[in-house]
Amino acid sequence: MKKILCLVLALAMLLSFAACGGDNNANGDSATTPQVSVSEIKVGLICLHDENSTYDNNFIQALKEVKANLGLNDDQVLIKTNVGEDNACYEAAAELADAGCNIVFADSFGHETYMIQAAEEFPEVQFCHATGTKSKTQGLSNYHNAFASIYEGRYLAGVAAGMKLNEMITEGKITAEQAVIGYVGAFDYAEVVSGMTSFFLGARSICETATMKVIYTNSWFDIAKEKEAALRLINSGCALISQHADSEGAPKACEEKGVPNIAYNISTISMGPNTALISSKIDWSVYFKLAILAVAKGEAFATDYCGTMKEGAVKLTELNDKVAAAGTQEKIDEIKAKLESGEIKVFDTKTFTVNGAELTEYLADVIDEGDFKPETNAIENGEFAESSKRSAPYFDIKYIDGISNL
Amino acid sequence: MKTSEKHVKEPLFHITKRADISILKSILIYAVAVVAALVICALVIISVTKYNPIEVYKEMIKGNFETKRKFFNLLQDTAMLLCISLAVTPAFKMKFWNLGAEGQVLVGGLASAACMFYFKSDIPSWALILLMLVTSILCGIIWGVLPAVFKAIWNTNESLFTLMMNYVAIQLISYFIAVWVPTGSQVLGVLNQKTKFGWLPDLFGQKYLLNIIIVLTLTVIVFIYMRFSKQGYEISVVGESENTARYVGINVKKVIIRTMIISGAICGIAGFLLVSGASHSIHKGLAGGMGFTAIMVAWLSKFNPGVMVFVSMFLMFLQHGASSIATKFNLDKSVSDILIGIIIFCIIGSDFFINYKINKRAKAKEVTQ
Repeated sequence: MKKILCLVLALAMLLSFAACGGDNNANGDSATTPQVSVSEIKVGLICLHDENSTYDNNFIQALKEVKANLGLNDDQVLIKTNVGEDNACYEAAAELADAGCNIVFADSFGHETYMIQAAEEFPEVQFCHATGTKSKTQGLSNYHNAFASIYEGRYLAGVAAGMKLNEMITEGKITAEQAVIGYVGAFDYAEVVSGMTSFFLGARSICETATMKVIYTNSWFDIAKEKEAALRLINSGCALISQHADSEGAPKACEEKGVPNIAYNISTISMGPNTALISSKIDWSVYFKLAILAVAKGEAFATDYCGTMKEGAVKLTELNDKVAAAGTQEKIDEIKAKLESGEIKVFDTKTFTVNGAELTEYLADVIDEGDFKPETNAIENGEFAESSKRSAPYFDIKYIDGISNL
Repeated sequence: MKTSEKHVKEPLFHITKRADISILKSILIYAVAVVAALVICALVIISVTKYNPIEVYKEMIKGNFETKRKFFNLLQDTAMLLCISLAVTPAFKMKFWNLGAEGQVLVGGLASAACMFYFKSDIPSWALILLMLVTSILCGIIWGVLPAVFKAIWNTNESLFTLMMNYVAIQLISYFIAVWVPTGSQVLGVLNQKTKFGWLPDLFGQKYLLNIIIVLTLTVIVFIYMRFSKQGYEISVVGESENTARYVGINVKKVIIRTMIISGAICGIAGFLLVSGASHSIHKGLAGGMGFTAIMVAWLSKFNPGVMVFVSMFLMFLQHGASSIATKFNLDKSVSDILIGIIIFCIIGSDFFINYKINKRAKAKEVTQ
């Protein structure tokens, strides 16, 4: 009898240890998963649109690159396109898990809660969501957010824009006051606002008189709306257009009107050979590779990952010499080195004002409890510390001085 | 074209309406249509994608039945389409052209989502679910009965009215999402994700089983109502001829309004099931065009709820299969949409051969000319 009691007690202790171990892993980095060899791993990707969207195409191409790089075969990479930001996303994620995926990525901001739902149901599968904000508040070890310091790339693209504006001024095409940039934004929240502002700050660091006008389309992908917005901006006198919206609408409008365009996600030189200047992009292959290899090795990886320019996660695409001002590449290289060394900070509070005043304190909604209430001061050491407290951007000051809504 | 009496020439084919057709024959015509559709699709698949059509059809079946989840997804979507088809049935049987099922479902869903958003976990989950159901039904009724009242009193055009109510519903959803989600990409996301309050419970570990059972129960009720109740009979009399209905003493206005209350209420239930039993959120595409597909289902089934089960399942089978093809063969979604289009075209087209007969010119007559 005693023996049995001892056994039971010992077992109970063992189990309780196991339970404690689980608790320790729940916070921070993900729990280790059983090892799978790279030749057996299965990867899923959920896209809001398909290759026709520059944004989704950027993800799809990156995954294909990693697939080739790691020697994965066709059956190991499953891509679901045109998955809406609704229950369809949960179903897609669950189906991918059913199909044996060890890791599932989703690319759109609105996919987040549905990915979390799937992550709760399949604790042994890693779910990674790009641009999301909730991994820190969910406490799920298999749910990951990922982004990159794209504001650095945007800033550099802005430098190229500033060079172009300066060239247009010296050539007498526009006056210094007419150096107005038009920006087609998708939605007016942090991800778009942060990119827009860093682009503008980059441009203004080169062309001091630059200002910016913005139109939001309230859609990620709408060719007609984006084209119309770009045309409206051009007609109102914008000398250069950039966008954070995913269709070819704006680049094509620029090509029609002969206005230089700076894009995002992919090179748009094929859409506008005479006007596409350069694009900034996140190279998702860096994160894909990191996450896939971690899963293969059974290692934990960050639940909130922010790629940097140094790692190659943030890039500029090929510069179109036909459009770019002379010396643009040299200038970009120079500024890039300074950004990497920390000599230049993108959101240096000395370089911009809000309502005429320098920012000394700004509360941002970093900890996403779903309440939309800002709680964290993001101003540190004379800069707005973007993406350091959370990978997804939280710079949501809609209009710094110099930027206005059209 | 002029035809003189001397040269009255009987055309090679002429069409006559069939008085009656045996069930066996109509099934045969449908079967021929499906086979023809599959052959045409095969040709399209070969010419456009160079894939083996047999493999593609296999994938279509796999997309529906490969896993338990896929099968239950098929059943869930079938149930939702069926539910909305049931909703439009009484109205169409009455020849009231209710094109507003989409909007009625959406406001029903919006009401459920609003309850979840505002009450969160302040009241017990069962009370919240009950409240969601009641408000959804009420909102569905309002959306359905408004055009009916206008039709009954002022004889307004119900097709236009119901159609426009859809847009009002869509804009209402946009408005509330903008209010509820002040920043972000205007996606509400899952409501009460942590507490799961207002979520219909799983049955036997299946998320959608309760939805399916509720809709099947509704199917039986609507069948009995339409076939055996006095009100159901009144609906069909009004549908055949309003004058006859008036002559036999049926209050036509009352029947129109009452029927649209029922129609709206069932749409409200569909909205509730979509929100509480599946997506736990609301967005403009919640009904996904099912409000319109349901009209097709109702007509193809000749308003028989039993047949509707199969027709809606068949349509959903096609839809799921097509999206599975798109994923498996890395095809653009448009290709699978084309395939669905061909199949539906053939099936609807075959209805013609069920209702009409094509007669070939008799040879003997040719001789006499």
